[in-house]
Amino acid sequence: MTATLHSPAREQRTSPAPGKGRGRIRNRNRLWLLVFLSPWAIGLVVFFIYPLLATAYFSLTNYNGLDSANFVGLRNFVYLFTGDEIVRTAAYNTLWLVVVLTVLRVAFSLGVAAVLARVQKGGGLFRVLCYLPSLVPPVAATLTFVFVLNPQIGPVNTLLRHVGIDGPLWFNDPNLSKPALTLLTLWGSGELMIIILAALLDVPKDLYEAAQLDGAGAWTQFRRITLPTIAPVLLFGMVNSIIFALQYFTQAIVAGSVASGSADMVGNSQIIGYPNNSTLTFPVWLYQQGFRAYHMGYASAMAVVLFVVSFAFTALLIRQLRGAAHTEGARS
Amino acid sequence: MRARLRPALILVAAGVLATAACTAGGGGSTEPAAAPDSSKPVTVTVWSNFADRELGVLKSTLDAYHGKHVNVTIDNQGSQDDDKITQAIRGGNPPDVAISFTTDNIGQFCSQGSWQDLQPYIDRDKVNLDDIPQAVRDYTQFNGKRCSLPMLADVYGLYYNKDLFAAAGISSPPKSTDEMLEDAKKLTVKNPDGSIKVAGFLPQWAFYAYKPQIVAPSFGAQWLDKDGKSGLGKDQGWQDLFGWQKKLVDFYGQDNLQKFTAGLGQEYSADMGFQAGKVAMAIDGEFRTAFIADQVPTLNYGTAPAPTSRPELYGGGYTTGTIIGIPKGAKNPGAAWDLIKYLATDTDALVTLANGLHNVPSTKSSLSSPNLKLGDQFKPFLDIFANKNLASNPASTIGDQYLKFVSDFGTSWENGQVTDLPGGLAKLDKQIDDAKALGGK
Repeated sequence: MTATLHSPAREQRTSPAPGKGRGRIRNRNRLWLLVFLSPWAIGLVVFFIYPLLATAYFSLTNYNGLDSANFVGLRNFVYLFTGDEIVRTAAYNTLWLVVVLTVLRVAFSLGVAAVLARVQKGGGLFRVLCYLPSLVPPVAATLTFVFVLNPQIGPVNTLLRHVGIDGPLWFNDPNLSKPALTLLTLWGSGELMIIILAALLDVPKDLYEAAQLDGAGAWTQFRRITLPTIAPVLLFGMVNSIIFALQYFTQAIVAGSVASGSADMVGNSQIIGYPNNSTLTFPVWLYQQGFRAYHMGYASAMAVVLFVVSFAFTALLIRQLRGAAHTEGARS
Repeated sequence: MRARLRPALILVAAGVLATAACTAGGGGSTEPAAAPDSSKPVTVTVWSNFADRELGVLKSTLDAYHGKHVNVTIDNQGSQDDDKITQAIRGGNPPDVAISFTTDNIGQFCSQGSWQDLQPYIDRDKVNLDDIPQAVRDYTQFNGKRCSLPMLADVYGLYYNKDLFAAAGISSPPKSTDEMLEDAKKLTVKNPDGSIKVAGFLPQWAFYAYKPQIVAPSFGAQWLDKDGKSGLGKDQGWQDLFGWQKKLVDFYGQDNLQKFTAGLGQEYSADMGFQAGKVAMAIDGEFRTAFIADQVPTLNYGTAPAPTSRPELYGGGYTTGTIIGIPKGAKNPGAAWDLIKYLATDTDALVTLANGLHNVPSTKSSLSSPNLKLGDQFKPFLDIFANKNLASNPASTIGDQYLKFVSDFGTSWENGQVTDLPGGLAKLDKQIDDAKALGGK
């Protein structure tokens, strides 16, 4: 019953043109391709490739951001790895955040998403409530947290005092400032929570039904069905969290500055990292070096190291992600 | 495909490197530009970090200048900090006149020529720099290169709460640091649980105005050795300062102090520790008088020079201030200089600004002007400014980075993480010198 239309005109259009004509069409197609690609290509060159190559170049100079750059070889990298005492503290703080924050952010988002996936009545409202904090601007959220966790006048410690507990110093204690920042980040991790929730809701229900028929309990179902199915999304969450932690800047600089009693929101050099450099992350020190100490060359060297570390983490996890996807594909 | 891409990538990389190498290059002219002809209209752009009321005070002074030079229109733009000014210089579109609230970046501004050398203008117009105190002349230049002039100064002294002093039976402010230590202990009131209710004096590094550069003059502490290198380890003043500070921290207890300061208000809020009556003594700038008048006018307080470790140092104090200059690439440098000369050296202009902004006028002539109306509590700051022991911290090519190193060291010292003070200070010198060397050729 299917009618096949025979169109000579169409045949003519799709048939390969001989000689120069074919080449002209191909060139014209390429030209159009370039025209359509150009907005992206220009953006890529101007905002990514150029800064990347310029950063690599400046990392080998003593560029101060104002004068012309002078080539100094690997001096910046030597100072970075052997001379700068504060960068070690900054690297430790960032590594702490990468490990603790990544694990807790993914686990917390997964936990909240798992609960939300089971909520029957008012599920939409709860999802909105859990997602809303991620929309609060980082500076406002940090200011709020510093107030809420203020050891003397904050509501958390006031509440603790009412039940006879002498609350901790939170952002004013070098041992608790990073955990306090982690709490702030967890509170605002609604985006990842929504992504994981979508993945959870996408797990085929018949798998659970089959498992139930086989006598599998809730934990076994979660371990054998849920986790393997959403593994690619969790890996994405880990990559996303690692990059987030490696770039941790705004919350750290605002929390340190405000908790120190300073009126300078963006922090002056002396209170950056308060208390006791415990909130001094690698990107914060990079910014200080580039824009306050006029060591733009050194800051570029730090940026190169940060890029390499981020790239390595991402590449490693993408390999895992692909592996997980292949496993998933083979299973389905 | 790869073979075709390679030349293109090489071309892009070469272009990038060439562009990068040329970024922000070039230098400014050292020949003084002539002031514009009075018949020729010119617009001078002025950038400062003033805002709201303070920007209005500056505007009134600029209007007075415009009244005298009707051909000069002034575009007065506020909320422009050093980062923005530097970005504008890098971008090749700076203002004609830049006003900075901090002297931290003067080392870079002068050494790299991002602010133009004013000496040719000063020589041409025979400006008398002797009318500016030596400490102020020092913080507006770097290594003999003068790329800025002072436009008002900040001077730091002792604020003390008279009611708390009376309650503790203390009749006058301390003059020596030993007296201050004893007074601080007497003035401190603790709660039944041992926590601090009222602190005599807060000795935590970088909290409010307790910063190394502000406290150093009280101990005669010197920053540099005779070779221009960091000399904290070789100077007895620093050991005296850190030793004195540690005694006070130990008196309170580090955790107790941390908990108390965490509950105090922000530096410029109405419930700032001293303003709220929770701190009996504070070292702060003369501008605090304006905050108190505005936020807690009933506060019964007095002001005096900061106590010193040696009697011969008493009467002086720390000064820093607002600086003004011509950025590299300014379109109207001749007109800019004329305005800068007015704002930095004209007595009437400085007095108007000082009265409006509650800062210290930065020339000796303006200090004695009968038109200064700043109140009795401001008077000690004018005296400190005129004192021979007025001091500032040295400009550096690494901005205020070395101050952070000193502050960090101070925190480690007060926490007990550093126990060998002379050894720690020697290590600190090396840290500062290494950071400075990083920017060397």
